[in-house]
Amino acid sequence: MAIDRAQVRHVARLSRLALSPEEEERFAAQLGHVLEYIERLKAIDVSGVEPLSFAGEASSPMREDLSRPCLPREKVLAQAPEQDGQAFLVPRIIE
Amino acid sequence: MKVDLLPLSRVSAALAAREVSPEALLESSLERIRALDGKLHAFLRLTEGEARAAAKAASQRRERIGPLDGVPIALKDIFCMEGVETTAGSRILKGYLPPYDATVVRKLKQAGAVIVGKLNMDEFAMGSSTENSAFGPTRNPWDLERTPGGSSGGSAAAVAARMVPGTLGTDTGGSIRQPAALVGCAGMKPTYGRVSRFGVIAFASSLDQVGAFAQDVRGVALLLSAIAGHDPDDQTSSTRPVPDYAASLARGVRGLRIGVPAEYFGEGLQPEIDKAVRAGIEVLRSEGCEVKPISLPNSPHAIAAYYIVATAEASSNLARYDGVRYGHRARATQLLEMYERTRAEGFGAEVKRRIMLGTYALSAGYYDAYYLRAQKVRALIRRDFDTAFATVDAVVCPTSPTTAFRLGEKVDDPLAMYLNDIYTVPVNLAGLPGISVPCGFDNKRLPIGMQLIGKPFDEETLLRLAHAYEQRAGFAEQLPPLVEHAGR
Repeated sequence: MAIDRAQVRHVARLSRLALSPEEEERFAAQLGHVLEYIERLKAIDVSGVEPLSFAGEASSPMREDLSRPCLPREKVLAQAPEQDGQAFLVPRIIE
Repeated sequence: MKVDLLPLSRVSAALAAREVSPEALLESSLERIRALDGKLHAFLRLTEGEARAAAKAASQRRERIGPLDGVPIALKDIFCMEGVETTAGSRILKGYLPPYDATVVRKLKQAGAVIVGKLNMDEFAMGSSTENSAFGPTRNPWDLERTPGGSSGGSAAAVAARMVPGTLGTDTGGSIRQPAALVGCAGMKPTYGRVSRFGVIAFASSLDQVGAFAQDVRGVALLLSAIAGHDPDDQTSSTRPVPDYAASLARGVRGLRIGVPAEYFGEGLQPEIDKAVRAGIEVLRSEGCEVKPISLPNSPHAIAAYYIVATAEASSNLARYDGVRYGHRARATQLLEMYERTRAEGFGAEVKRRIMLGTYALSAGYYDAYYLRAQKVRALIRRDFDTAFATVDAVVCPTSPTTAFRLGEKVDDPLAMYLNDIYTVPVNLAGLPGISVPCGFDNKRLPIGMQLIGKPFDEETLLRLAHAYEQRAGFAEQLPPLVEHAGR
């Protein structure tokens, strides 16, 4: 199944990825090739099969709902590209 | 032979017998890394300061904590280690200093292991050759023009080149077993849920699992016993007790039933691998195993299902790299522009492809046709294994359809790269444990790996079989020419 450049642009926007025109073209070809291979899934009889989203143990243990110390703020903020000692800073979104 | 050329369990025994000190062992490990890593590029960075302090502490202890006390270990760069740069092979995390240790890192430190550095990998563990690392590929110690496999290629190459006796990696679709096969060491992916993933950078959360590499199966068993077990910080980690895996090796393999799946010996398998694995099966038969033909009819669909499930989960997991809380941020005046440019600059081509493929599969109008259908095929693959395990104790097959391929050979053909994982991916989709052990060489003297697949939480049987085979075969003891030439 082919995927055209307009679809690649749409998916890139949903994925929050800015692509160059060369990338759009290359990814359209490469993703089309992979999707063509994936088409084989459509030929498999899956009627009556329950989807398996997770192959782990069915039950997860509960833990006590207790508060516990978290990482100190300055330690967490230290990794941010831009911060003011209180919060992460981002470009203005409300005028 | 020098102690630092010995496999992990014998290094551990030499430390216990005080034939070598942790400090001397660390220095010879660092020396070999310095001598060889210019050619191999297994390491992204060393943690010499921390390692020297840990080795000193180990040598000053009156009683050893356990078998890993004083043993040099290195980590795939996907494990958070407090204050040590952790990048997952990505430009977007360059310079990131985690504020905490992953649970497995904490456990290794508590076991007295000496952590010597962080190892190269495909970006966010997406790849089968380490060529997707933002920091350049790792090379195979058996042939420097070839890949060590991936994504945990640095972890495999470091063990095969005897830089360290043991390493940790992660395996989402074969990222431990395939590189172990391509460099000729042992590598195990435990059952989904056996090892905590807290502090392990996420790729596809229903598939990711932590595991270990060593030259010997007993070494893998020692590492697994140290890292396995429940962790309140990882809801998917199992509360089942952790066996003493090394102790179970003594039980032997007589009477075990092993299944040989016809679908794993078909078209596309390098003939020398077919031959070597079949010879390996005969060794197990002569050790008293009962060999049975079995069928896993849906396994050939695994790659198609995997590249929907894994990319869908990745598209969600990697949404966190937005330039706000950590990592790279592009200069921009608008928020949306900042997100799009940060991610465009920070991610490599394969990561972009997978995020887009996953986003596409989950997007309106395609969900049922791709994601839901892939999950149903996943159920069929798991059902095949359940049926097989009613009559056999383990499945034996090749790890990889080819031996190590040339760097650059598949880098522009994503589908060809994906098909490397055709025998490993079904195991992740089914959540089962798997191990690869060296089982010979092809006519270019490149290593071949044999894969053993087990029932959920039955790592012991796999380790017993792999150990029994390794004792008879002896392939794991062979040194790559690079190490041989560097002198014993």
